[in-house]
Amino acid sequence: MVNKQNFTPTRTPMPEQPADVRNKNFSEVALGYSKEEAMAEAARCLQCKKPLCQKGCPVEIDIKSFIKHLADGDIPSAYRVIKETNALPAVCGRVCPQESQCEGSCILGKKYEPVAIGRLERFVADSFDSDSACEMITGHTACSLPNDQFKVACIGSGPSSLTVAGYLAARGVPVTVYEALHEVGGVLIYGIPEFRLPKSIVAREVGALWSKGVTFQPNYVGGKTVTVEDLFEDGFDAVFIGVGAGLPWFLNIPGENLVGVYSANEYLTRINLGRAYDFPNHDTPAPKAKNVAVIGGGNVAMDAARTALRLGAENVYITYRRTQDEMPARLEELHHAIEEGVQLELLTSPIAINGDENSHVKSMTLQVMELGEPDDSGRRRPVAVEGKTKELEVDMVVLAVGTGANPVLLEATPGLDLNKWGYIVTDAETGETSIPNVYAGGDIAGGSATVISAMGAGRRAAKTIAEKLGV
Amino acid sequence: MSNKILTKKALIPGQTSMLVLDCPQIAKKAKPGNFVILRIHEKGERIPLTIADTDKEAGTITIVYLVVGKSSALLETLNEGDTILDVCGPLGKPTHIEKSGTVICVGGGTGIAAMHHIAKGHHLAGNHVVAIVGARSKNMLLFCTELGFFCPELLIATDDGSSGHKGFVTDLLRERLEQDKDVAEVVAIGPVPMMEAVAKVTEPFGVKTTVSLNSIMVDGVGMCGACRCSVGGETKFACVDGPEFDGHEVDFNELKMRLTQYKEQEDLSMQMFRSCNCHGE
Repeated sequence: MVNKQNFTPTRTPMPEQPADVRNKNFSEVALGYSKEEAMAEAARCLQCKKPLCQKGCPVEIDIKSFIKHLADGDIPSAYRVIKETNALPAVCGRVCPQESQCEGSCILGKKYEPVAIGRLERFVADSFDSDSACEMITGHTACSLPNDQFKVACIGSGPSSLTVAGYLAARGVPVTVYEALHEVGGVLIYGIPEFRLPKSIVAREVGALWSKGVTFQPNYVGGKTVTVEDLFEDGFDAVFIGVGAGLPWFLNIPGENLVGVYSANEYLTRINLGRAYDFPNHDTPAPKAKNVAVIGGGNVAMDAARTALRLGAENVYITYRRTQDEMPARLEELHHAIEEGVQLELLTSPIAINGDENSHVKSMTLQVMELGEPDDSGRRRPVAVEGKTKELEVDMVVLAVGTGANPVLLEATPGLDLNKWGYIVTDAETGETSIPNVYAGGDIAGGSATVISAMGAGRRAAKTIAEKLGV
Repeated sequence: MSNKILTKKALIPGQTSMLVLDCPQIAKKAKPGNFVILRIHEKGERIPLTIADTDKEAGTITIVYLVVGKSSALLETLNEGDTILDVCGPLGKPTHIEKSGTVICVGGGTGIAAMHHIAKGHHLAGNHVVAIVGARSKNMLLFCTELGFFCPELLIATDDGSSGHKGFVTDLLRERLEQDKDVAEVVAIGPVPMMEAVAKVTEPFGVKTTVSLNSIMVDGVGMCGACRCSVGGETKFACVDGPEFDGHEVDFNELKMRLTQYKEQEDLSMQMFRSCNCHGE
């Protein structure tokens, strides 16, 4: 029942950097709740008998319990509840699309604003660092003694593998995580910018896993430095493949290889993993431009556009072939981008990128589109308005039109069944692949999705592995 | 992996050195044609370097670099016993090697090092390997002794005529191809203009020609497309589809243009490195 005395229909606002300040720096935009704000927001929770929010969470956090502890001011207990099922709460509280998951299921949302579950999770997680995280869960400074008779390997160190590692490590199974890049975290490190997810936050959650007995091996490329076969020869009992969908798509339009055209993966990897925003203090150079076009309407497009603004571009355009309503990006991210000065070029689709005499980008030719009948996905299909094009003067183009399965590991793993899109086929319940004791989850098993859905897949696979090992 | 520098040998003092690194896992897996990506220090960039040799038993790989900018200049400041922070590999598709008869391996400048590993692979597969190496001057030639161990023919070209033929490797290559109609393959590794010139020479002879492209790379595992190049009208990623491609199908002009994209920043980085002499710390 609604507690009429305390009840407020709207959620407690979270402070953030003003738009005209933050679009010039790489510091986090959202600043997080104070304890008072968090407790006030926690008090809005109705403590439903049958909580729908927990069903909406892919890793099944006992949301009402952690919020109850928080409302009582008992942050350690709240943290313990979250950590039982979620290895990366500081990450999830920041980057999950809560509106379509836990918060989208919150009963308050039917009439009022739903409880700000993500912000509360973030507040709780931010209250602890990695050192105390372990003690918090187990009461011991070292988390749990590794169960030396078993060992499990993860290939890839993104959200799905980190979840597998966290789940199994908590049950005493030593896990080794192999990562191709030099830093651990997958898309959390190379993809999502510092202003949405500070790298120190990822490092802290990874640190918590180290302290639980997880070993990380960077610079190991799955399929090159180490293969699935090698791992079984080395005595691993199970292998989890969480290598993501990191192969960038291009459009195959003329001019795509001109100087100044980047995949969003390259652009973001340079800036985030290479810290190119801090060039020349860091050695990786950042592409420089005055007028930037980002092609696409998802979260990656928003991240690339907002990054370009922060690197001093005068005009940053997002070109998208449908309208604002059909954009797959989170509404919050789109709003942030517009507030910061990103301009939308809607109902346009690039047909050519044009270069100058030095093969540098100088403009883009856009086909003007209109919306037609809804397609299979229910979104209205963009249709070209015949003969109508426009020119956009730009000196840089970033393609954020999606990614596919990277074949490097897959080609080196005979016997692994793939579907027609090149993703690994897994059992929906167990996450097991066509090779016994080899599991897969996250984007490589389902195509580009969200951090939290990858974590949900990791959790399902980890549960199966734990059951089979009897731990 | 320790990535410790076990041996450092100056091949051309101040300009080109050879490092033997302790990387057992990479040594175990590496084949001719593979490369590594390395990052020297915490604030470093990722740079690709070809594996010039391996010793699987000792667990070592050999790399050879030319000092061209900040990162290679920084690498040159390291000594035996120092450690390279990150070494990732082996990357790329290995060279396609089969017993096919006579194979001519052409190497220019630092490219001779990479060529050496591939030539060795062809030799071990039972091919008759002809090595043609070129440099500006005699003292800039690399790996001639090593190539001499297994190449029945070793032809040398220098720009100034201080050793072998005065002129380009392409002169020697044309001559060799005119004498011998049964060359199975030509492999060329070196500066882009050299590889382009080799492809032009071999084309009228209709000889299969393989070149190893040195595009700009970031991750080296196929996730960004920085290294993309046009081969036979199709876009390929040099790091995973290559780095070796059919020299008659590569768009060399596009490659040259793409290699200049960070010229301004590269110069700035190098200038700062030279002026502070602080090794980027």
